[in-house]
Amino acid sequence: MKSVGIVLVSHSREIVLGLQKLLHQLQPNVPIAIAGGMDDGSLGTNALDIQKAIESVYSERGVVVFIDLGSARINAEMAIEMLENQNNVVIADAPLVEGAFVAVVEAGCGRGLHEVVEASEKAKTMKKLQT
Amino acid sequence: MAFGMDQMKKWLLLFSEKVKEQKEYLTELDRAIGDGDHGINMDRGCQAVIQKISAANYADLGELLKDVGMTFVATVGGASGPLYGTAFLKASAALKDKKEADLKELIQALSESLEGIKARGKAKAGDKTMIDVWEPLMEFLKKEEFKAKDIVSLAKKCMEHTQELEAKKGRAAYLGKRSIGHIDPGAASSYLLFASFAEILDEGDLFL
Repeated sequence: MKSVGIVLVSHSREIVLGLQKLLHQLQPNVPIAIAGGMDDGSLGTNALDIQKAIESVYSERGVVVFIDLGSARINAEMAIEMLENQNNVVIADAPLVEGAFVAVVEAGCGRGLHEVVEASEKAKTMKKLQT
Repeated sequence: MAFGMDQMKKWLLLFSEKVKEQKEYLTELDRAIGDGDHGINMDRGCQAVIQKISAANYADLGELLKDVGMTFVATVGGASGPLYGTAFLKASAALKDKKEADLKELIQALSESLEGIKARGKAKAGDKTMIDVWEPLMEFLKKEEFKAKDIVSLAKKCMEHTQELEAKKGRAAYLGKRSIGHIDPGAASSYLLFASFAEILDEGDLFL
């Protein structure tokens, strides 16, 4: 059975390339697409690339989009509006690295879209150091 | 005389020339309260638009503006891409199948653009954004008799007024009160857009 798809969006292509590599190693069966940087190599996000990335991992199980800062959100929102099927595509209110990490683990276990989103949003309060 | 394909292309060309001239200034404004790429991003977008529209033939204003909007979305790279992109896409829908527009139709199309910008950016007047130039201008253009220089002076005044505002949207909002005292870069590029608009109207005697 297919799992929920993951899209990583950053102003920097290197950030999402590295993150995709890391997450792919963790869960090779979860489809992960990236959109980062501009065609000329400069920093930025763009709605058309994000739209393509979402379509490339889309299934009826849905897609979760992780974003970094600023214009990533507005471009991801525009990308989703341009999709034919936008009902089960969600932007997670979660940190890019930790959120996507949790999402890939959950998606890999076969969890549904809303469980994946909910779990990844909890990554905001994830403690990195023991108190 | 009406606003046709030639005027629309000239407007975009003039805007892109102004953006190129002011590229450093726009970037400098953005460096103070944003991420320092507004001039670079807008110049990249405008150059792509000019390249695109000078190589293509369009049946009507709607088609031309659609291509302009999509090119901004694809090439600008910051939040201004989807914002200017949405503005041109909304105007494209409003001017669908029209080879030319009179001043009233044109202003109506730009009002649709403003609504699109507000929805896309989830922002309103007073948030220290491009809307602080667009909204007062649209109100002014809709109800009063005006001359080209009135558009330029109002756009300039509105742009300068963003200095006094505290940013509520975008990267500048992280700075809170520290954003006061700086002109919003999106308001500055919008000033250039309307200054170019005024020049085209003046040139074509479109007030008559």
